[in-house]
Amino acid sequence: MNEKRNPDAEPAVAPPPVFLERQSYRRRRLADAARLLPILGAGLFAIPLLWPAEPGEADPVTMSSAITYVFLCWAFLIVAGAAFGVAAKRMPAREAKEPESE
Amino acid sequence: MATLNVLVLVCLGYVVLLFGVAFAADRLAATGRSTWLRTPLVYTLSLSIYCTAWTFYGAVGYAARSGLEFVTIYLGPTLVMVSWWWGLRKLVRVGRSQRVTSIADLISSRYGKSNTLAICVTVLAVLGVTPYIALQLQSITLSFSIFAEADPSSIYNEASSVFWVSAGLAMFAILFGTRNLDANERHHGVVTAIAIEAVVKLVALLAVGIFVVWGVAGGVGPIMDRIDASEIGQWSVDRGRWTAITFLAAAAFVCLPRMFQVMVVENDDERHLRTAAWAFPLYLLLMSLFVVPIAVVGLDLMPEGSNPDLFVLTIPLALGNDWLAMLSFIGGFSSATSMVIVAAMALSTMVSNHIVMPIWLSSQGGRASVSGDVRDIVLFSRRVSIAAIMALGFFYYRLSGGGAALASIGLIAFAGIAQILPALVGGLFWRGATRTGALVGLTVGFGLWVYTLLLPGMGGALMPPEVLQNGPLGLSWLRPQALFGIDGMDPMVHSVMWSLSLNAAAFCIASLASFPSPLERLQGAQFVNVFDHSAGPRGWTGSVAQSEDLMIMTQRILGAAEAHEFFQKEAERQGGRGYLPEPTPAFLEALERELSGSVGTATAHAMIGQIVGGSSVSVEDLLAVADESAQLLEYSGQLEAKSAELTRTARKLREANEKLTQISMQKDAFLGQVSHELRTPMTSIRAFSEIMRDTEGLTAEERTRYAAIIHDESMRLTRLLDDLLDLSVLENGQVNLNMGDGTLKDVLDRAVSTALTGAERPMRVRRNRAAERIPLHTDLDRLAQVFINVISNAQKYCDAPEPSLKISVHDVGGQVVVDFIDNGSGIPPEAQSMVFEKFARVGSDKAGGAGLGLAICREIMQRLGGEVGYLSGAGGGAFRVSLPLAYKQAAQ
Repeated sequence: MNEKRNPDAEPAVAPPPVFLERQSYRRRRLADAARLLPILGAGLFAIPLLWPAEPGEADPVTMSSAITYVFLCWAFLIVAGAAFGVAAKRMPAREAKEPESE
Repeated sequence: MATLNVLVLVCLGYVVLLFGVAFAADRLAATGRSTWLRTPLVYTLSLSIYCTAWTFYGAVGYAARSGLEFVTIYLGPTLVMVSWWWGLRKLVRVGRSQRVTSIADLISSRYGKSNTLAICVTVLAVLGVTPYIALQLQSITLSFSIFAEADPSSIYNEASSVFWVSAGLAMFAILFGTRNLDANERHHGVVTAIAIEAVVKLVALLAVGIFVVWGVAGGVGPIMDRIDASEIGQWSVDRGRWTAITFLAAAAFVCLPRMFQVMVVENDDERHLRTAAWAFPLYLLLMSLFVVPIAVVGLDLMPEGSNPDLFVLTIPLALGNDWLAMLSFIGGFSSATSMVIVAAMALSTMVSNHIVMPIWLSSQGGRASVSGDVRDIVLFSRRVSIAAIMALGFFYYRLSGGGAALASIGLIAFAGIAQILPALVGGLFWRGATRTGALVGLTVGFGLWVYTLLLPGMGGALMPPEVLQNGPLGLSWLRPQALFGIDGMDPMVHSVMWSLSLNAAAFCIASLASFPSPLERLQGAQFVNVFDHSAGPRGWTGSVAQSEDLMIMTQRILGAAEAHEFFQKEAERQGGRGYLPEPTPAFLEALERELSGSVGTATAHAMIGQIVGGSSVSVEDLLAVADESAQLLEYSGQLEAKSAELTRTARKLREANEKLTQISMQKDAFLGQVSHELRTPMTSIRAFSEIMRDTEGLTAEERTRYAAIIHDESMRLTRLLDDLLDLSVLENGQVNLNMGDGTLKDVLDRAVSTALTGAERPMRVRRNRAAERIPLHTDLDRLAQVFINVISNAQKYCDAPEPSLKISVHDVGGQVVVDFIDNGSGIPPEAQSMVFEKFARVGSDKAGGAGLGLAICREIMQRLGGEVGYLSGAGGGAFRVSLPLAYKQAAQ
């Protein structure tokens, strides 16, 4: 009995194409990169956990270099995030319709 | 020297400026010329209420005590913003599509519009945020007192200043936070004021930082050297705290009611997130850029024992830079006021929608739609809530004495608010999350937070030291700061780890074990798959709902003009001409959403339910309908099976009918042939009998001849009738076989002698009598009849000059095969298939037979279990009769 209904429903929901145009492909990969960014950021901010932190430990990291590291990572995240934002803005045409929106 | 009076004047001026800005922005928004108010920049700046006075002043103090650890408070939100594509985007989309008014509303809406859950979240939020508000009051008071100390001429009263500050803030929040009822409409005035305050506090902190780095230390290089030489000059961070606080700050950033307010509720356009994703981290970076330098310089310059929390203020003062100090003071004041205003607004929405309104509604006993002006009541309850929350903060501050205990309250509040995280994230990403799970998780997390962090942090009054030392009732594994015997952890890390992990575990386990209500499942699907479909669940049917009643109720909540506009828009959308739309489910659903923007999801649902009354289709009903349609589907499946069966039967019937028609036609043809066969002899009999009757003077010879003809013809008739009778009996299967034993030889002997007796032409018969000694168990007479028929046929039709018939017998595959082969020309191929049909005669009726003989033979042989057929290619007319052997027959 289902065979009767399906032929009507199928043409409406056409399967998405397997291969995308180069531009769409780029956009998808860009979105992937934007998603990976926080993981990279978390990793970068976790690196100070490896530094010797006890007062007695040898070769302590100076505060100035710690500050430099943390703020450089931070600035990198901001710049990368801004770059993704600008790139995403430039190709917003089909963003709303993207099937893989989540 | 800036006197306290000047300071108060500046403060008042600043507040007046804020009022003016908020007022102007509201006016601008009302006239629709507010495009610049809706820019991503304003949105980003409004997020800055994350940076409260606790971070404005406290970050420097934090850095002076624990080095770089303070930065984790900002790193967490940075990571959250950077991962906006994963989390915040969904949160904002859900918030906008469901028109949620607060985080409690979101949680309640997700878990089946449960008000219990909303109350839990509200209580948690009030408990977590009230101390935070007290902290802001403290920072303002402290900064006032700094100036008071510097100005000996002033008369400064701490208690009264705190009171006036909180009263003023409450005023501001009430004036601009409750102007319009719909919490989902943007509070442009407040948001714009917050944006300005964000700029002010950033500028203030940057100014102090630049002054310290370039004015005091003399550049970047020297300040770095100074940092390394200071007492916090080495990297020494507790690893557990670094991770835990980063995580906590990230969680609190999402869960804090005030952050939810500006981030989700006040969000104008989802695309603003894209800008805020990098701009807000930049803001945070700038806010924390000069924290360590200020702390280090403060530790150097300021006398031993001075409060590092106020370095931002005291350093410029100590160095005689009064205007910078003033700016810094304004910055701190901004941080405090913006946080308090938004927090009070967010909390008041939650308290009024989830606690006051449900109580009021139930006290009205179902007359909500017709009694009193709901709009005024909601606004009033919201204003009272703001005042009550500010009062709570004020009293908390007074009771706690404003001591150092307050300083640690920021992180404690974070940890409390973060308990919402599992329910929130689970609700957004996991459809299996249930109301029970969320309730259990929240309760477990909240309990553990109170037990392991809040009570121990409040000092000895609420939790005796011996409990802290030895656990309750001496159970050492229950010690608040060393649960399950895990000792030596930082209390903060310990509490966060246990409360959040057990919260999440309880949430998951209870969700897995419980079964969600249908509404929860619908809402869950709506939330988790918000990008696939942003339509709400259909719940109402309006056949009974009266549009007038709905109109009256909506007017009381939204206001007359807005309600008229909304109803007219809906009526136009439905294509009608009047002002009142038909109460279709779609309209009711839109109305519910519209109302939920003002009074919260659960209340709006309840209010429409009161008017629509019994005719509201609950989701349970819908599911029942779905069940029914599943049954219908099954039933129709059965029907289709039956119909297929009927089709098959009909086809069989049609086939049977065709067969019957064919048989009927055969019967007609047969009758026609029979009549024809009977008519010929009858004609001659009648003719000759008439001659004998009517002709005078017939000779005896003639009479004898005519009588002989009549006799012959009647004989022929008799024979024909006998044959027909015989055939009919055989075809009907009514024949009784007279089974007997004998040999083939005897039967053949009898048949040959009978067939050839009285033949006009002699015919030689060649037989192999030895081969014929085969025992038979069959109807010997019938078999003989077949043989006679075949032999006499050969005798009649063989056209050879010296006719001879060869009878050969074989044993082929368990059957006796008797071949009768004559030396004539045989039957022409085109007639071979016809010879066994009734009335079939080859050539002219040479022998005058009725053409039934071979048809009878075939019937007989079928009855005997054998067959008779024409054997072509044997060099003459040839018939083969095959029949089963006797022993075979016996074996059967």
